[in-house]
Amino acid sequence: MAASNKITRKLAMTAVAWLVALVIAFPALWLILTSFKSETEAISRVPHLFFTPTLTNYAAVQQQASYLHFAANSVIVSVGSTLFALLFAIPSAYTMAFAPTKSTRSTLLWMLSTKMMPPVGALVPVYLIFRDLSLLDTRTGLLLVDALANLPILIWMLYTFFKEVPREVLEAGRMDGAGPLRELWNLLLPLSLPGIVSTSLLAIILAWNEAFWSLTLTAAKAAPLTAFIASFSSPEGLFYAKLSAASTMAIAPILILGWLSQKQLVRGLTFGAVK
Amino acid sequence: MSRQRASRWLNTPAIVALFLWSIIPLVMTVWFTFRRYNLMEPDRVGFDGLANYRYLLSDPTLFQAVFNTVVLVGAVLAITIGLGTLLAILFDQEFFGRGIARVLVLAPFFIMPTVSALLWKNMMMHPDNGFLAFVFRSIGLKPIDWFAVAPLTSIIIIVSWQWLPFAFLTLLTAVQSLDSERKEAARMDGAGPIAMFRYIIWPHLGRAIAATTMIESIFLLGIFAEIYVTTSGGPGFASTNLSFLIYRYALMEYDIGGASVAALVAVVLANLLALFLMRSFARNLDT
Amino acid sequence: MATVELKQIRKSYGDHEIIRGIDLTLNDQELTVFVGPSGCGKSTLLRLIAGLEDIDSGDLLIDSLRVNDIAPARRGLALVFQSYALYPHMNVAENMSFSMKLAGISKPERDAKVLEAARILHLEDLLDRKPKDLSGGQRQRVAIGRAIVRNPKVFLFDEPLSNLDAALRVRMRLELTTLHRKLAATMIYVTHDQVEAMTMADRIVVLNAGRVEQVGTPMELYRTPRNLFVAGFIGSPKMNFLPATLLADPHAHTVGIRPEHIGVADEGLPATVQLVEHLGSESYIHAQLVTGEPITLRLNGESTLTPDQTIHLTFDPQHVHRFDHEGNAIEPVHKPQLKNSQL
Repeated sequence: MAASNKITRKLAMTAVAWLVALVIAFPALWLILTSFKSETEAISRVPHLFFTPTLTNYAAVQQQASYLHFAANSVIVSVGSTLFALLFAIPSAYTMAFAPTKSTRSTLLWMLSTKMMPPVGALVPVYLIFRDLSLLDTRTGLLLVDALANLPILIWMLYTFFKEVPREVLEAGRMDGAGPLRELWNLLLPLSLPGIVSTSLLAIILAWNEAFWSLTLTAAKAAPLTAFIASFSSPEGLFYAKLSAASTMAIAPILILGWLSQKQLVRGLTFGAVK
Repeated sequence: MSRQRASRWLNTPAIVALFLWSIIPLVMTVWFTFRRYNLMEPDRVGFDGLANYRYLLSDPTLFQAVFNTVVLVGAVLAITIGLGTLLAILFDQEFFGRGIARVLVLAPFFIMPTVSALLWKNMMMHPDNGFLAFVFRSIGLKPIDWFAVAPLTSIIIIVSWQWLPFAFLTLLTAVQSLDSERKEAARMDGAGPIAMFRYIIWPHLGRAIAATTMIESIFLLGIFAEIYVTTSGGPGFASTNLSFLIYRYALMEYDIGGASVAALVAVVLANLLALFLMRSFARNLDT
Repeated sequence: MATVELKQIRKSYGDHEIIRGIDLTLNDQELTVFVGPSGCGKSTLLRLIAGLEDIDSGDLLIDSLRVNDIAPARRGLALVFQSYALYPHMNVAENMSFSMKLAGISKPERDAKVLEAARILHLEDLLDRKPKDLSGGQRQRVAIGRAIVRNPKVFLFDEPLSNLDAALRVRMRLELTTLHRKLAATMIYVTHDQVEAMTMADRIVVLNAGRVEQVGTPMELYRTPRNLFVAGFIGSPKMNFLPATLLADPHAHTVGIRPEHIGVADEGLPATVQLVEHLGSESYIHAQLVTGEPITLRLNGESTLTPDQTIHLTFDPQHVHRFDHEGNAIEPVHKPQLKNSQL
């Protein structure tokens, strides 16, 4: 009797949970579905659930050279800003994790606090400086800003990962004759590689989806996909199905990366406040 | 340790970078609040005293923007954390296909804001072709023109959809970190699901909810893309938040002085939030 | 030759002085044990010798060379960590050859030395395994192998057996002692377990609160402890301390007698049995004197004594230790009586 109760309970839970999950994911699923429809089907007042899927939209979007240009911008800016930020973040996290001083704690807190300000607070100065340095509408400029914006999160996450490497293992390395560079290369990096990878994934996701600086600092040349999609916000030239295809291609990489890095998301964005 | 002394300089590049990144914009912003500077009239620049402050602080749009910001942040917090808690408890249970269902729930967070906004604008909320319009018609109601009639609410819906997964994930992590032994002890003591929630789960979640609230609000203060893509702050200023207002002053009206005053207001608000956050983080760094 | 000398070594962390001026000379090829309660500074002292922490003041000499400012790897030492600290991402062979790789030694020579050490430690079949696939005892042997391969002047061991279960600990004690004899190396061994100290050491250094209490062979410490602390630390079960009023001795403040030196007879100091612990090979009798002090005896074999029984205790006068007001031993307990003709 108790066993069948348990099964009924489990089935009920499954039904409820799946219903909720589908409702939440519905808009995204609908978007992906629409990308395989024809334009008339896409725009129809009565939504079509069943239809003959077609890939013409995807082909059309890919043939548009500008789409590839903007996609390339997204890739360059998100990967580039992450790599650039890592150059600063790894040494910082290393020092604070393995050679902490009395001021390490407050330094770390201060670094986190720089992330607390809404980006709009810096809009005017950054815009003006970029204008004077000819960095407006350049990939370099956007890359720099994204790197600075993500730097606190990178440092924090790497710090927590480095602290998980047992101190005695590094000391054993010192006893074996490893200098600081060897320690980093032969011991620290291999042992914290999963942490470094997931930190980088999170940074790439944040930079790819970043939608404030990409909208305000870029135009035709350096716009990443975020800005490109935004340009379809005005009513003319709306081709729902193609827009859906473009959007799906724009979000697909991140959906995959996000799925892979769920746990690190919690660690990174809650700054360890939630374990 | 000579190792310690040598490696301290490793921290310098990041410290310098972040210092410049935080101080220079702040100083410049304060400077500009006292200047008259319009990007369209670059020659007519000069010291303006407190004129910008007087003008802006007497302008009802600034207060409306602050009000809209508070409403936006508050409503999204309530929705995401409320629903997030329920979802977290639901997903803590075992059921078939839990992994995939979880991916579905998390999806909205990973979609870039401009895609989300357009998705809702065109496919969900469009008064003719949108899915919601279809649903309304099917149950005999007249479809709403969301962005015209309830602009701020529409933004709230879109942003809540995007941030629900974040609250869900952090709260689920917290729920799952609850020691199973404690839950079992409670069950041995005869606790049913409601008592379990009230005496075991809720107190444990308290800290996670506090942390999630504060972190979400930091990010929610800066909501911009969704407004940019859908309502442009309208109709009028009905859906303008502080971020969009600053953008509007700076890059649509080209009023640098005005934008800077509004930016200062935003910075002050953010700092207040950050103060609370930092205190709880400091406690975490000690553990 | 591998002698180690410490001259007035001091170390503080902030305001807290951990090592308060230690002088020691450790002889070549001896296994010296640093023993003491938690917090006495024994591990810190070991790390200072290793070079993982900086010495605040004083001199550390290895083979008469001052090494305070020389990097750990160049002092000719090897350290076996309490947690073994094996490199998790390398297999056993790589763990053992890492130091040689850093020193630029050729692969064939590295492999030969690894094989040699592996044979001594019975690790030949485990060379391909990663640390996570090894048992505690195996990991410990790899840690030792890593040290052997460096051919150090001095081996340092930081509580190597404390993470092992009791049975394994006994076995490893034997293996380590045998290893010491085989390698004929100078070893410094840190432990909080006085049984390990007594069984393994050539000489013991008893530490307390950052200072050396006494240095000597195990038997010296057992027979002639210099103060209350050493007397109470060495020997298990602990030495009984009683007020000197029990013996008519005006100079002494406290007397001490080890449980194994107390006998039960028809006449003697009366005591009431509280509890008897039967170990089979011996019995511990916990009793209480008429004056209220607790006393423990150790008797061979199985005891027939029962609680509440009254017994009479006798002490062998040669084994009574006397201590003054400050806790220092008053005179050697067992002083050979010199006959006048031998002067």
